[in-house]
Amino acid sequence: MFLLMKYTLLYTVVLMLVALGGMFSERSGIINIALEGIMVIGGLIGVIAINLMPEGASALAIVAASVSAAAIAGMLYAALLAFASINLNADQTIGGTALNMLATALAMVIAKGFNGSASAKLDYSNRPFVYEFGPLTVNVFLFIGIAILLLSYFVLYKTRLGLRLRACGEHPQAADSVGVNVYKMRYIGVLISGVLGGIGGLAYIIPSVSSWNFEVGVSGAGFLALAVMIFGQWKPFRIFLAAVFFALFKSLANIASSIPMMAALGWTQNMYNMIPFIASMVILAFTSKKSRAPKAEGVPYDKGAR
Amino acid sequence: MNQKKSFISRLASSEGFLSVAASLLCIVIGLLLGVVVLAIIEPAHAINDGLLVIIQSGLKSPRNMGTVLANAAPLIMTGLSVGFAFKTGLFNIGAAGQYTVGAFGALYCAIVLQLPWYVCLLAAMLLGAVWGAIPGIFKAYLNINEVITAIMFNWIGLYMVNDFMYGKGASPMYDLQTTKTYSLRKVAQGSMIPSCGLSDYFGKLQSVTIAIFIAVFFAIVVYIVLNKTTFGYELKACGFNKNAAQYAGINDKKNIILSMMIAGALAGVGAGLYYLSTVAEWNPQVSTALPAIGFNGISAALLACSNPIGTVFSSLFISYITVGGTKLSTQYYTKEIADVITALIIYLCAFSMLFKSRIRVLLAGKKRGAGLGKGGDD
Repeated sequence: MFLLMKYTLLYTVVLMLVALGGMFSERSGIINIALEGIMVIGGLIGVIAINLMPEGASALAIVAASVSAAAIAGMLYAALLAFASINLNADQTIGGTALNMLATALAMVIAKGFNGSASAKLDYSNRPFVYEFGPLTVNVFLFIGIAILLLSYFVLYKTRLGLRLRACGEHPQAADSVGVNVYKMRYIGVLISGVLGGIGGLAYIIPSVSSWNFEVGVSGAGFLALAVMIFGQWKPFRIFLAAVFFALFKSLANIASSIPMMAALGWTQNMYNMIPFIASMVILAFTSKKSRAPKAEGVPYDKGAR
Repeated sequence: MNQKKSFISRLASSEGFLSVAASLLCIVIGLLLGVVVLAIIEPAHAINDGLLVIIQSGLKSPRNMGTVLANAAPLIMTGLSVGFAFKTGLFNIGAAGQYTVGAFGALYCAIVLQLPWYVCLLAAMLLGAVWGAIPGIFKAYLNINEVITAIMFNWIGLYMVNDFMYGKGASPMYDLQTTKTYSLRKVAQGSMIPSCGLSDYFGKLQSVTIAIFIAVFFAIVVYIVLNKTTFGYELKACGFNKNAAQYAGINDKKNIILSMMIAGALAGVGAGLYYLSTVAEWNPQVSTALPAIGFNGISAALLACSNPIGTVFSSLFISYITVGGTKLSTQYYTKEIADVITALIIYLCAFSMLFKSRIRVLLAGKKRGAGLGKGGDD
């Protein structure tokens, strides 16, 4: 039971962070399908940062350094998407897809280069990130996640920046007409998504294992986060609930074989892995009529358009 | 002089020429960026042991050429799949999933049912079509973006296929010794796509089969359907403007589903060509990632601006540099550099509209210059 809780917490935080990132980007009007790639790059750079820290560094320093490295790496990588889709009016889905493909390839090249061998597997110590509360292990990303959830809500709904950002995702021409810089707002949205995606990538990789093979990237977690975001209807707290739901099934996939009652069902890991995806399709099918995606998402901003 | 001027201005206004020029520009810049990556990793070897290996290896031996062809055939199919959907206004990111499901169809018919190769190929096609139809149905009747549905069904398909093929190790398709599906060369030679003597020309590489001709055949069929038939016109009309098509009496729901089905069928055939040519076996335990050929299909289609005939060439090119990547000396570089270059090229392809307009301006500028020169002579 504690194991289930541990994994559910872990995946909830990851999916929520990345989905919140996606939310900021899409609320500003840019479809961010590159979340998967951003996670890979953020995770990779975060892991490398841990390895580069000097021997006697304190736990706090290691956490701070690797999380900020992941955030910055994610942000820079997202800037590629922002540049393509905001400045050059490129197709956002295509740009994002290209960045996903680039991320996996690049991560392998960098990881192998860092290792100096033919293996893309990086080892690290996840000690500084994990705290034990009695039988329950909690990682530092839980606290980061809660903070970011509250902050996201506050920024999006209670600040001027949030209002402007949302306006750019709904009706950029109207926003522009009252003096909001649409390009700037969209950049901010995409860059925030890069920061959160990068941290999310690190949060996915670090807490549960102490070595990661970058050949698998983050095995679809970014796409799952995309589903969480839609399921959460682009709203922070709903995204949190959606993340809990998805995380529960993803954890079941991992530990089903170790729970006697569930092992008796004879379901394979693949079946549990499938469930969140099937569930999200079913829910999408039922809610699609009421679905409220940002109106202007995916449309490059054209000042002269009517 | 006059003739030359009209030639350049004709070029500047020819959409086909601009597309090819923009794609070539993407390739050149992509390769240059690739050299930068190579130079960052190991500056001294970037050109001789890096770039030159990547762009020469594919032609170096008949065997390498064979590998290029064997890998290009399935890539042409997934490229056609994505390109066909593009032409009808849909983004088929689900080619990887349709390919996965198609692979299951082909391998099941071959290993378990021992059917002849064309039946296996047909099975792959049918399953691919079913998997492609799903996002189409969701889009047509529930108005859910096909990209989201396709992504979800990519993973559903992958987990499902892995489950069937592995079956806790007891599946009749799973070879415990190789931890992959059974090799067709051993258990189902009758289901292999015939080579018709082709492999003799390519260093006896068994995986060179008539698959490449089948793929080219499909490319021509897709070209004819899209450009020369009413059916293709209707599909394209729905892509250009759904409302206008509806107004003209075209059933847009039916057409969305049909084009996704056809796209899925093409991707399924791709999987059939790959696995029935025994290029590799499916590994149901390690396959936690979707097959790369599905996503590279997106690259092939984008590089060719979704033109079916262009897709043949872009697929050959991508396959060519991927093979080049595998020949890089592991002492200095890893083979994924080729993937980096392909991905960079696709990232650049996202700007191809911009490149096109720049090239147009450039050519038009030359024209103006020529005209001025002539004025001076007078």
